[in-house]
Amino acid sequence: MVTNITSLSRSGLWDWVIQRITAVVLALYTLCVGGFLLANPDLTRADLVGYFGHGVMQMFSTLALLSIAAHGWIGLWTVGTDYIRPHYFGGRATSFRFIYQSACIITLFVYVLWGLQILWGV
Amino acid sequence: MNKPARPVYLNLFQFHFPLPAIVSIMHRISGVALFFGMALFLNLLAMALESDAGFDEAASLIATPVVKSAVWVVLAALIYHLVAGVRHMLMDFHIGDSLRGGRIGSQLTMATSGVLIVLAGAWLW
Repeated sequence: MVTNITSLSRSGLWDWVIQRITAVVLALYTLCVGGFLLANPDLTRADLVGYFGHGVMQMFSTLALLSIAAHGWIGLWTVGTDYIRPHYFGGRATSFRFIYQSACIITLFVYVLWGLQILWGV
Repeated sequence: MNKPARPVYLNLFQFHFPLPAIVSIMHRISGVALFFGMALFLNLLAMALESDAGFDEAASLIATPVVKSAVWVVLAALIYHLVAGVRHMLMDFHIGDSLRGGRIGSQLTMATSGVLIVLAGAWLW
């Protein structure tokens, strides 16, 4: 029996809930930003800075960034454990999957930090 | 007594896949595509917010066919993933989780996201 240590939480059920909560957050965020872009066809930099620099939008964007990290990790973890397994990769599957998961985590971490830098440096 | 190993035949190219199956795998593929595509969106946003010169540079990049196409592809993935994701969650609440519901839902997903993706393309170009 394998002990799973790389999923986001210790409970598959809690991961399932986090996936849904972050999905709703991200859907709302997409609609907000999409709506803003549609409503401002002749966008100037002042408009953009005013929108993303607004306190509420900074918080919402931060929430969206963290949601992307959680939602993305749960999804990518699922994909990894579905396909990178001994059936396809033989005995070294676990090593490959671990490398894949590490690459995903580092990339998501960079996205979060990069996004925070963009947002709160405005 | 040892059972002999059963033969496994998984030539995916010879399967007939029902539409709900295609909708499902495209949901997964669009998710992975978004993971990579995020870098493009973050980059453009960073440039645009950083300075007036950065904003102009981002705008002129998006005006080029290559970057505009890339933005559209990522936007298409986002739209599809969102629409299919909404259907996913509706099914969590037992809306459309019957056989007939699944077929109708997958058709609606394809139609809705198709329309929205075309509209997004029109908006970009």
